[in-house]
Amino acid sequence: MAPLFYIFAVLAILAALSVVLQRTPVYSALSLIVVLCSLAVVYLLLGAEFLAVIQVIIYAGAIMVLFVLVIMLLNARQETPSDRSRLARWLGAPLLLVFLGELLFAVWERFPAATTRAAALPDAGPRAVGALLFRSYVLPFEVTSILILVAVLGAVVLAKKRL
Amino acid sequence: MITVQADDLVRILPQAILAGFAILVMVFEPFLPAARKTLLGWFSLFGVVAAGAATIRTSFSPGLAFGNSISADRFSLFFICLFLLVAALTLLGSFHSLERENINHGEFYALLLMATVGMCFMAASTELIMIFLGLEISSLATYVLAGFKRQDALSNEASLKYFLLGSFATAFFLYGIAVVYGLTGTTNLLVLSAQLGRSGEFRPGAVFAWVALLLMFVGLAFKVSTVPFHVWTPDVYQGAPAPVTAFLSVGPKAAAFAVLLRIFLGAFASAGSGVFWVFWASAILTMCLGNLAALLQSNVKRLLAYSAIAHAGYVLVGIAAGRGEGTAPVLFYLTVYALMNVGAFLLVAHLAGTGERWTRIEDFTGLGYQRPAVAACLAAFMLSLAGFPTTAGFFAKFYIFRAAVHSGLIGLTIVAVLTSVVSVYYYFRLIVVMYMREGKAEAASASLPWALRVALAISVVGIFYLGLYPTDFLLLTNLAAVPLP
Repeated sequence: MAPLFYIFAVLAILAALSVVLQRTPVYSALSLIVVLCSLAVVYLLLGAEFLAVIQVIIYAGAIMVLFVLVIMLLNARQETPSDRSRLARWLGAPLLLVFLGELLFAVWERFPAATTRAAALPDAGPRAVGALLFRSYVLPFEVTSILILVAVLGAVVLAKKRL
Repeated sequence: MITVQADDLVRILPQAILAGFAILVMVFEPFLPAARKTLLGWFSLFGVVAAGAATIRTSFSPGLAFGNSISADRFSLFFICLFLLVAALTLLGSFHSLERENINHGEFYALLLMATVGMCFMAASTELIMIFLGLEISSLATYVLAGFKRQDALSNEASLKYFLLGSFATAFFLYGIAVVYGLTGTTNLLVLSAQLGRSGEFRPGAVFAWVALLLMFVGLAFKVSTVPFHVWTPDVYQGAPAPVTAFLSVGPKAAAFAVLLRIFLGAFASAGSGVFWVFWASAILTMCLGNLAALLQSNVKRLLAYSAIAHAGYVLVGIAAGRGEGTAPVLFYLTVYALMNVGAFLLVAHLAGTGERWTRIEDFTGLGYQRPAVAACLAAFMLSLAGFPTTAGFFAKFYIFRAAVHSGLIGLTIVAVLTSVVSVYYYFRLIVVMYMREGKAEAASASLPWALRVALAISVVGIFYLGLYPTDFLLLTNLAAVPLP
């Protein structure tokens, strides 16, 4: 299990870097698919088959199709590097490293390697997820519908030719 | 595991009614001719009043709902009432201005109601996931509202800027929630507070907990526009349609403060002095930069935007004063701030004329002679924003400063007093221009529509009532300042 985890974890990190560093939007989108699929494998290794499948179908499938479609519709080319914010260029990378170091240190301190072992996940099948969604989290589930309604309404307002 | 009971539903009744009215507005919208859309506005106003009535009903059965994820306590009911008041005032002030700008569409009212729903959920939730959902609902709705003048480049810019920076901020907040969940295995503030209270000190994983708290603070700091997370504020307030600006400058801000209070003075109250210093530093930065930058503005909307930033700084002083002292003054301040800021923005929106042309300070020259009543109104708002005695702004600041002194924050109080002296200069500039300069005010446009008059009357009467007889309302805020979360 462990070697597989490391392979896909490293793959996810590399692909995530590629999402940010690529200058062509389509390449970024394709890299994002790799990230999402590697995460799905990690879920699988943790014993959450249902989540892994959902991850592939919804994120890597449906949402990424939308991404790629929008990129194609907009005919987005290679982005031109802007040279406006020098502050961001000089401060960005060091601050990022500080944040990364902080997170790594925190994980290190919180979960020392000696005490950490892979815990058997509780049942994460469709039945368990469904029970959580419709019992404990029924209110967030319902309120999400309002959120989606607002998003639809907003899209109509901003994009429709004549209101 | 929970089962939904009647009491659960009663405790989210105001939100449910508002959402229902928003949906009804969308259903009725296609059946109304373009000239009659204001009817939908009145219908929305009726919805807000109905939600207010529902709040009274809810207050008779306080308690937790939906598996401890909603708390219908006095604190949340106070904030819900505040949001309903802001929504009602904005609606009253927007009818005419929307018609003038030719953007009187039903979607405006639906989005406004939805934004209010989101804010109510933010204030009432004791579950981080619900708070996040509320934040997203109110944010998405306000992004769109900011760009509601679709033909106007400034409005488009405002919407896009607000959207990009706002979604960046909510990502921070979500990341913070994820870290909290990773640490403690729960996102419920009540459970968190119990866990932290038991372990006495802020463990597990001190550093990690810090990362979580700071991430959540950054996410909310964007929404309340504290320095250094304020850069979007002037552009968005300037570009958005003025009634929307009135709403934006008060509603989402107050909601984010409610969440800050619940998280930092409630669940994570035992986090210790580090959190206090974060609030201390951002209060000082916000007050100084907000007030100093406001001195340089020549556009009234931008001036009010920087003044809004500065006022967020005073509220932070109240939060820094801590849980025993600070909560009630913060509630008082937010209410007063809502009254005077909504009033000021609505009035400026009306005076700005078609296309919001007259928003420079010089455009108000001589307004005091041409439109004495209107100028007096605007002067009252400015005096109150400056914190002049006999207006509510004075007592709002006074209670905050008193709480800060009681908590021993002498340095912070001195900075707050000095910066509010600075603020007098830019508020009085507008008054001086209106009353002491000869000239023909460009901004003196048509007479006030009566709906706007009602809104302004409520704000002005509120300001002077709270300025002259603050005790009753102060008792109310003391009642609402229940121990959180």
